[in-house]
Amino acid sequence: QRVTVEVLDHLERLALVDFRDAEGVQRLQEAIQFADQLHEVNTDGVEPMDSVLEDRCLYLREDDVTEGNCTKELLKNAKEKVEEYFVAPPGNIPLPKLEERETFLQGS
Amino acid sequence: GRQLGVLDGIPIAVKDNFNTAGIETTCASNMLKGYISPYNATVVQKLLDQGAVLLGKTNLDEFAMGSGSTDGVFGPVRNPWSYSRQYKKKSVPKSHSEDEESNWVITGGSSGGSAAAVSSFTCFAALGSDTGGSTRNPAAHCGVVGLKPTYGLISRHGLIPLVNSMDVPGILTRCVDDAAVVLGSLAGHDPKDSTTIQDNFKPFELPNLTDVSKLSIGIPKEYHAPGLSSEILSLWSKAADLFKNAGAKVTEVSLPHTRYSIVCYHVLCTAEVASNMARFDGLEYGHRSDMNKSTESMYAATRREGFNDVVRGRILSGNYFLLKQNYENYFIKAQKVRRLIANDFVKVFGSGVDILLTPTTLSDAVPYMEFIKEDNRTRSTQDDILTQAANMAGLPAINVPAALSERGLPVGLQFIGRSFQEKQLLTVAKWFEKQVKFPMIQLEEVKRHDHDVFQHQKSASFS
Repeated sequence: QRVTVEVLDHLERLALVDFRDAEGVQRLQEAIQFADQLHEVNTDGVEPMDSVLEDRCLYLREDDVTEGNCTKELLKNAKEKVEEYFVAPPGNIPLPKLEERETFLQGS
Repeated sequence: GRQLGVLDGIPIAVKDNFNTAGIETTCASNMLKGYISPYNATVVQKLLDQGAVLLGKTNLDEFAMGSGSTDGVFGPVRNPWSYSRQYKKKSVPKSHSEDEESNWVITGGSSGGSAAAVSSFTCFAALGSDTGGSTRNPAAHCGVVGLKPTYGLISRHGLIPLVNSMDVPGILTRCVDDAAVVLGSLAGHDPKDSTTIQDNFKPFELPNLTDVSKLSIGIPKEYHAPGLSSEILSLWSKAADLFKNAGAKVTEVSLPHTRYSIVCYHVLCTAEVASNMARFDGLEYGHRSDMNKSTESMYAATRREGFNDVVRGRILSGNYFLLKQNYENYFIKAQKVRRLIANDFVKVFGSGVDILLTPTTLSDAVPYMEFIKEDNRTRSTQDDILTQAANMAGLPAINVPAALSERGLPVGLQFIGRSFQEKQLLTVAKWFEKQVKFPMIQLEEVKRHDHDVFQHQKSASFS
């Protein structure tokens, strides 16, 4: 089953990463085909494993402030900032639809 | 003066996906070019506290994704053994005009830079990371010791994550004793990494094992994987005989789900990558695109500009497996298979086996020109097959250089131990290392391509 353009478009929006070319789409197809081998394994009654340390108790420390006050260092790495704010372009504007976007998928 | 610590004055190198305060940390990606870490990763801090001298950050595959150290933005890493007398005397140039330049072999990956640094005597020890074999694979190809500690023993704080449930910092050294020393400085609970266990860790010195008669070595038959070179197969068999003849109990065991480990890894890795790479949006650090129309379009443009094909491919695959309609069939399914793989090991260790002995790689290092003929995912699939399962189960594993191949390149063997039993694992590894007496690399001066051709080659042989 080939992945539909709708799903490819959906993936580009979710990941905010583009397929770039036919090779990119082909790579995904192969990845899915490869992953399908998992269905050969019988996993009836098997619980999913999140972590190899699942039998241990998570470490919890006291809720005390032990570090911080490093605003200056952290802001050093940001390209656009104003005083102590990171500056972002306007939000709440959805990514343009497939037809209006510059994406390889448009041709499909 | 007072000695700072056990590593006082010892030169070390650190893979460029560990944060180092005041020093650029790029993960070999455009996304983090120019990013100056504001802090030291815990493992880096620990090394520095012991007096180690950081010589530099080493090259890797972009974001540690790959098995060749060829896909980073700084270019591929060359295996120092490409310039060794041992390799050169075995390689037949196809024509007079052919450069030895085109003959060079890869280091393996993704911690290729670290392995090359240790192998070429530029530092005593190096930090790598190991998610699917990224420390042990280059260690095997570069003829050095590569240790993957038990998941939860060493802090991952400051290690830019690939797969949070499998990543561990790896240790690369020239001998097993050195690895034990570095491990001693690094292991232990870190309140900044909640996945480190709270058990008290005591650094240890390795005993000189002389009697292996109480040891039980398991040889997992599934590790006789398709594509395993006959050379390595025979080396593996010789190693098993070595233990047998010394009095150890050597038995064939089975880890039935081994061949699904790579598929499982493929799904879990891409899923975690999809999540971990989401932090790179250009807003707080790293590359930022000039696109300014909207937050989403800025993020998209930044990520398009910052990530290479391999990274983008994994993010997209990961997102696919995590889609609502696929979550159960792929992600949850992979987690279930993971448990089966981990249980295989539990069963084998529970039956009395102490250590597993397996090959580390399918063959010796291939020439770069040959390696790049296949794409990254295919290569990773092939190359990680023998190392990946240990990450799945969180077990400690170590590559010990064993012999030189027909082509004069290093071949290593892997030992896998029980959880948190690094002392036993390293003790056995050290015994094996003493038996095989792996040869030292004989580095020759790299021929320069100008008119003053060196008539004779100076060789640096450290005997």
